[in-house]
Amino acid sequence: MRWLAYVRPGDWLVMAGGAALVGLTLPMLWQGGFAERAIIRQDGHVFAEFELGSRRDVAVPGPLGITLVAIESGRARVVADPGPRQYCVRQGWLARPGEIAICAPNRVSVQITGRTRTYDSLSY
Amino acid sequence: MTASVTELTVTAEDRRVAWLATAAVTLSLVDAAIPSPLPGVKPGLANIVTLVVLIRYGWATAVWVSGLRVLAGSLLLGYFLAPGFFLALTGTTLSLLTLGLARQLPGRWFGPVSLSILAAFAHIGGQLLLARLWLIPHNGVFLLTPVFAAAALVFGTINGLIAAKLLADTPAAEPAR
Repeated sequence: MRWLAYVRPGDWLVMAGGAALVGLTLPMLWQGGFAERAIIRQDGHVFAEFELGSRRDVAVPGPLGITLVAIESGRARVVADPGPRQYCVRQGWLARPGEIAICAPNRVSVQITGRTRTYDSLSY
Repeated sequence: MTASVTELTVTAEDRRVAWLATAAVTLSLVDAAIPSPLPGVKPGLANIVTLVVLIRYGWATAVWVSGLRVLAGSLLLGYFLAPGFFLALTGTTLSLLTLGLARQLPGRWFGPVSLSILAAFAHIGGQLLLARLWLIPHNGVFLLTPVFAAAALVFGTINGLIAAKLLADTPAAEPAR
């Protein structure tokens, strides 16, 4: 290998150190824990709570109509909502603990929780 | 034409800095044109110039070239004084300081690859710290640290290798253009 000629002995050490550093920081990717449950709230009260295991669709009635929530293994999303701006639908899949989709007009929210509660909420 | 009152004498060193900074700015533009899956993850090709300058012309010249690159690059790409500018400035400052220290390492053992990796880690470390302290005061910023660190390692190594090759391919007494 031509390129190997440019790597000096200490460089390997630095590379190994860098790799170790990357390895050490890896747990940060999961610092919020894994997504385990979805909590669906209606008008502030818990409407239903599901393990993010098997597929299921949930219809949540609100003042404007029905909000459709889909649960899958490891993730959940709002499929349809009668609200005018569709913010919660467009948020797509929620897969990290703390993520929440709020359909304010219909007063429905879907929140993901993990084992540990690190954040009150996360939104992008 | 009236003679100018102030006479700016341009030294060979000035010309060299200008040329090298131009090369660095060009690489910054190339960098910006490469699509990135995540803001903050990019090859940092301009650092190749910084490394070559550091090893061949010393730390002070490297500071000049990097500083001019950040300034001119941000003006050309339109993020001068925007958050991205301060992120770039912090990253560059920290990696220059790191390079200043790392340059003292015995050259027989630690080559451009080491310098490049250390600088890359300092760069992303500085950016993450500034982002945490100023832009997004929330520990969620650190969620993607492993991705950034891995990118720093990979791109740091590649840039270091390219810099090492450039240094080996061009004779030391390169004419200062």
